[in-house]
Amino acid sequence: MPTAPSPDAARPLTAAPRVATVDGNEACADVAYRLNEVCAIYPITPSSTMAELADQWSGEGRANIWGDTPIVVEMQSEAGAAGTVHGALQGGALTTTFTASQGLLLMIPNMYKIAGELTPAVFHVAARSLASHALSIFGDHQDVMAVRATGFALLSSASVQEAHDFAAIAQMATLETRIPFLHFFDGFRTSHEINRIATLTDEDLRALVDTQLLLAHRARALNPDHPFIRGTAQNPDVYFQGREASAPFYRRVPEVVASAMDRFAARTGRRYGLCDYTGAPDAERVLVLMGSGAGAAAEAVDHLVARGEKVGLLQIRLYRPFPAPEVLAALPATTRAIAVLDRTKEPGAPGDPLFLDVVATLAEAAATGARSGAMPRVIGGRYGLSSKEFTPAMAAAAFTELASAAPRKQFTVGIVDDVSHSSLEYDADWSTEDAGVFRAVFYGLGADGTVGANKNTIKILGDDPGVHVQAYFVYDSKKSGSQTVSHLRFGPAPIRSTYLVRQAQFVGCHQFQFIDRIDVLAVAAPGGTLLLNSPYGPAEVWNRLPRSVQDTIIAKRLAMWVIDADRVARDAGLGNRTNSVLQTCFFAVSGVLPRARALDAIKGAIRKTYHRKGDEVVRQNIEAVDRTIEALHQVAVPATATGTRRLLPMVPAEAPAFVQALVAPMLAGRGDTLPVSAMPVDGTFPSATSRWEKRGISSIVAKWEADTCIQCGHCAFVCPHGVIRAKAYSAGALDGAPDGFLSAPLEARGFPDTRFTLQVYEEDCTGCALCVEVCPAKDPSVSGRKAINLDDKGDDPVPARARAAFFESLPLPERSHVDFATVRGTQLLEPLFEFSGACAGCGETPYLKLISQLFGDRMVVANATGCSSIYGGNLPTTPWAVNAEGRGPAWSNSLFEDNAEFGLGMRLAADHQLAAARRLVRALASTLGGGLADAILAAPQRTEAEIREQRGRVRLLLDRLAGVDTDEARALVSVAGQLVRRSVWIVGGDGWAYDIGSAGLDHVLASGRDVNVLVLDTEVYSNTGGQASKATPLAAVAKFASAGKTTEKKDLALQAMAYGNVYVARVAMGANAQQTLDALREAEAYEGPSIVLAYSHCIAHGINMQHGLDQQARAVHSGHWPLVRYNPALSGAGENPFTLDSLRPSLPLKSYMEQELRYRVLMLTDPPRAERLLADAQAAIARRWQLYEDMASLGGSRG
Amino acid sequence: MADLGTTYLGLDLAHPVVASASPLAATIDGLRRLEDAGAAAIVLPSLFEEQIRLENAALEALTALGADSVGEVQSYFPVSSDFVVGPDAYLDFVREAKTAVGVPVIASLNAVTPTGWTGYAEALADAGADAIELNVFYIPADLAVTGRDVEQRYEDIVREVCGAVSVPVAIKLSPFFSATGEMAARLVAAGAEGLVLFNRFYQPDMDLERLEVAPTLELSTPAEIRLPLLWIAVLHGRISASLAATTGVQTPTEVVKYVLAGADVVMTTSALLQHGPAHLRTLVDGLASWLDRRGYASVAQVKGAMSQQHVADPSAFERANYMKVLQSWKTGG
Repeated sequence: MPTAPSPDAARPLTAAPRVATVDGNEACADVAYRLNEVCAIYPITPSSTMAELADQWSGEGRANIWGDTPIVVEMQSEAGAAGTVHGALQGGALTTTFTASQGLLLMIPNMYKIAGELTPAVFHVAARSLASHALSIFGDHQDVMAVRATGFALLSSASVQEAHDFAAIAQMATLETRIPFLHFFDGFRTSHEINRIATLTDEDLRALVDTQLLLAHRARALNPDHPFIRGTAQNPDVYFQGREASAPFYRRVPEVVASAMDRFAARTGRRYGLCDYTGAPDAERVLVLMGSGAGAAAEAVDHLVARGEKVGLLQIRLYRPFPAPEVLAALPATTRAIAVLDRTKEPGAPGDPLFLDVVATLAEAAATGARSGAMPRVIGGRYGLSSKEFTPAMAAAAFTELASAAPRKQFTVGIVDDVSHSSLEYDADWSTEDAGVFRAVFYGLGADGTVGANKNTIKILGDDPGVHVQAYFVYDSKKSGSQTVSHLRFGPAPIRSTYLVRQAQFVGCHQFQFIDRIDVLAVAAPGGTLLLNSPYGPAEVWNRLPRSVQDTIIAKRLAMWVIDADRVARDAGLGNRTNSVLQTCFFAVSGVLPRARALDAIKGAIRKTYHRKGDEVVRQNIEAVDRTIEALHQVAVPATATGTRRLLPMVPAEAPAFVQALVAPMLAGRGDTLPVSAMPVDGTFPSATSRWEKRGISSIVAKWEADTCIQCGHCAFVCPHGVIRAKAYSAGALDGAPDGFLSAPLEARGFPDTRFTLQVYEEDCTGCALCVEVCPAKDPSVSGRKAINLDDKGDDPVPARARAAFFESLPLPERSHVDFATVRGTQLLEPLFEFSGACAGCGETPYLKLISQLFGDRMVVANATGCSSIYGGNLPTTPWAVNAEGRGPAWSNSLFEDNAEFGLGMRLAADHQLAAARRLVRALASTLGGGLADAILAAPQRTEAEIREQRGRVRLLLDRLAGVDTDEARALVSVAGQLVRRSVWIVGGDGWAYDIGSAGLDHVLASGRDVNVLVLDTEVYSNTGGQASKATPLAAVAKFASAGKTTEKKDLALQAMAYGNVYVARVAMGANAQQTLDALREAEAYEGPSIVLAYSHCIAHGINMQHGLDQQARAVHSGHWPLVRYNPALSGAGENPFTLDSLRPSLPLKSYMEQELRYRVLMLTDPPRAERLLADAQAAIARRWQLYEDMASLGGSRG
Repeated sequence: MADLGTTYLGLDLAHPVVASASPLAATIDGLRRLEDAGAAAIVLPSLFEEQIRLENAALEALTALGADSVGEVQSYFPVSSDFVVGPDAYLDFVREAKTAVGVPVIASLNAVTPTGWTGYAEALADAGADAIELNVFYIPADLAVTGRDVEQRYEDIVREVCGAVSVPVAIKLSPFFSATGEMAARLVAAGAEGLVLFNRFYQPDMDLERLEVAPTLELSTPAEIRLPLLWIAVLHGRISASLAATTGVQTPTEVVKYVLAGADVVMTTSALLQHGPAHLRTLVDGLASWLDRRGYASVAQVKGAMSQQHVADPSAFERANYMKVLQSWKTGG
């Protein structure tokens, strides 16, 4: 039961407010959770954290303000979540959801329903870009603008504090108005910024939210005790009137929100308005915007006003219903010119939405006389799409534009638009940073703990009541060897600088190799400090710096400190965990706290963090702190630079022009400087750019032992990164081989003068060791050595590059001569998926590489959003490649939910064009001559040799049509490529196949069309951080299954088999590489729908990825992942189509599970439950195995 | 029937046959079966500090893997999976064991750090262990480590643990000291109330197919009793501590021999793994029947009867014995 009516909401707090150092997501979720009863969600960046926290709190039994624990449920898609929200609301529960971007789009139909039924609810949105010419996970207002017509009220918060506060204000207002609210804040900039906020207690929330309104909401619910009907169908006679009936409710909203804000201010002291004006009271030029950009714009206004300029900022907080009277009232009467900034784009509209709203408001006021004086000049500007930086300098540029004689009607700011010439110039060096704020920037690797350490630092400093903190983290797009940049600010007042640090008093470079590649000192403020983690000591390091770095250090008068953090960590027994060491260095030299106090604070934090892990761990970390101080040295900076080293070029000189012009600046972190003209107009990019990015991310790389190798091909087969290649060639081709180029006689009869080379592309190798693990050939003279081993890469990349280049110059084997049927044979096929940024040791990419080898020169790929679309299609470089003939996989990503349908569309286009081509070949048979038409039409294309022959015929056809000037000939030329059998692949993860895309996949499999579906099954949502899917196994722990999943993994193979005409296989290359190869070839050859479920070990399993293949084998041998094939073609031959390819389970399930953190977590935290679920899982395996055996024995087919 | 009673670490036992650490003693059900089969006391499998530390380190590394590395992922596991692997499960097991069985329960500890030895020993005592057996497993593979270093290490561990807990402490000895007798005396002086002879270190084997070092565990055989038999016989009556014999106890014959040499208790694992807990009864009955056949009234009467102090020719246990064995082997061969 709800508690008694609220105490006096106006009672101010007497005690100092409680504070917390949190990010925007947590700030919002903390309130949203406590004000709701049901939460239905689906993970999507950047909102996922809110839902995960809600799930965690629910699991912990945390109560809402009415004393009950909210129910949190993960759905199969945002559409499903919205439906569930709608249902729970109709059931009378206060219900919320957290989403963003495409997720919000999927909710639109229900949003209309929820609003149309006047249902109080708040959706919390971390606003994000929409996928158009490209996907982007980053922040802007495109998603929320896409739902502005749904009938939801839209409330915009602009900071971490506001995300917390507006979650409450939105709830207060929705309950009172019955209008559903969408509360949004900027994805990443606010959702992921960490800041110190004052928090709302349960008492605050109880005081603010009127429980009587909750009761009223319940009273409106569907209830058989007093039934009614809602959701009718209406007709032309009354629908229109019904749509208008709710209008009075919308008219009340601004007043109710304003009143809620007043009550909120009375309670907390934090005052907000529907729109808030700041700046000169007599401003002539005013910016209007909403969201986090207001922080940067306000800084600009403060600075400009201080120097006498008459400018101001109007920040919109309630966007729908649009508070026109309040906007008019807030604008100074002196306003002559207004620039409205939209963080969205509406192509083809007369202006972007906020601009149009402001124009309409002013025009109406002018027309009706509600506003006296001349109508201000209003221009519209676009900024900040996809988290593009928006700085005070950019806001200042908008004011400058307003001051010009003829301001542009529409402009952009933050980019260089040299196509439409819309962009404003701005002074990038103009800074409004407060002198009292300490700013630090840290460059690190994802794996080195830099971000974690900085989060720790922020917490340490944020504990000081006199210190305000802000942290924001920038990541690159790779999943392995990813670079992180941390931007930290500390100061005595709240920090609202909603942009990256541009002038840092402290720069920490935590990876020495960055100094050669990235301009880490560009952000260093004059007189600042550089901390460099370096293997070279204070005497030696200076001469190891590139000349430009030396110049900058001298010119900016930087103090330079150096430490070998890796050695200190190692010596202290911390392995490669350098985070404590480098954090200590920051405190020791930055001066943000007195050194002794800082060290005490760090040690205190260590005790707090590690005390549960034992005295020894605490001791080691504290020892590391003490050793750090001893190992930290200031470098004597000479007066003049003497170095000769230069920054390394981002791409080799021989890279194509496109790569030089577009990719290289992106790689160097200068993508922001690329002008509009540099960009493809429709999102189309050349393939095969990853080969130009030599990342060199691993100091240990695979090295081949030619004498030990048996040339079996398994290492190349499993290499997730395509860095191990094999060629067989005549001995004479070795002339001119560079030093160290390895070669061995080909291990095959009948090729006496043929040599074999297994080449490792060392600069692309991630050191994942899967090749070493799978290698069966052992060096008889040295225990533990194999035919391929990991060894130091060495400092100089040039020799390895020369060897790889020579290898590339060797001739490729003719594809029709390669044995596609054996693992050994496939190593000679060129991978057309290479050097992706997937995690080191990724379990998915070997399958993709394999299909690219087998079918790449004639395949199109529809790729569902997820890991595979990120490592497969995220700029700057992409891995889908091109062969020497210029052919390769043509790849595209549509959405997450529609991928099967997207691929089917590709098939239909191909089928249609093939039919047209065949018709035209017949029609032009006499022109083509020589029986070519008949040969083309009758050609079998089952084997690679047959396909190569057909390619030859099509080439001949094109030659013969070259001079034919007829419509039919031209039409045939346009579709002739389809005469070579096109291979359509539909690729995605389990989140797509089992959940969000399930219905579409089912329909496509039922279509009977010749598509090949490859499900890279990691059994969890990997890309968004480990949320449970319906592929998640029983007993595994995942987000939204934190106590271990209690239901069995869906048997998608069995579902697909039920159709009877679908080729189905379940494979795991770590268990049986040959079966994997057979299945993929059979699937492709089958002229109907095929689906291959591929076990993909994953970082989200909590395994040492080096042992991923072993885990695959355990998964199979324990019966968790039985290998099967179901080939309908065999039915036609009267055979049992079902083959059970793995042997009866020989390992207890536990021996597979206990190797993975996702299961071990439960074994450690709740052993009895783990035992119970394990027993359930073991029983399920037995049941399924029995079923499979029964199926296999129908006509008998055991592999 | 003879009185089989004996005293070990100050604990009065019904007879000298003790079930030593094995998988059988790793579950409450197993403990009950051992007690039902007649074990006079039970040694639990060791609590391994290093295993806890390594597992913690590995789990921490796996939890951190990929965290805060890319924009979309702050972690791959729910926050509630922030856990610690500690001795809690083992300590719970000790507590449960104490309520499940009536015979004395001896906890075994293998630590690697000074705080580990004392901290875990205290925790085991607090959990209700009747005694603690220190399972010092140390192979001085570092060529710079001297014999004195090793001896000192053993002595320090015993002193520190004995200073930290009030329950009796036994130490399982290595057979590889230069002067086992002196070492035994030092350990007793440091506070050990019992010596367990000897620790069978797991010595790695080689897998000739895979060319890998392969950890193997072979069950002990009666042929292996000679070394502990020798030292029990030497030490009996000359140090003020209990003596436990372990290794090679397959049949009542070995039990009798050890008792005659001076063992207060005889521990067995291999035979129980091979034959099941019921084999305990065979061993106890065999001892009783040997005593009865010989007309002895009690174990106490024969304990140490063939120790070095009591045999006719004490030097038989010294070098002369070695000579004799060699000669008899030759003549026998």
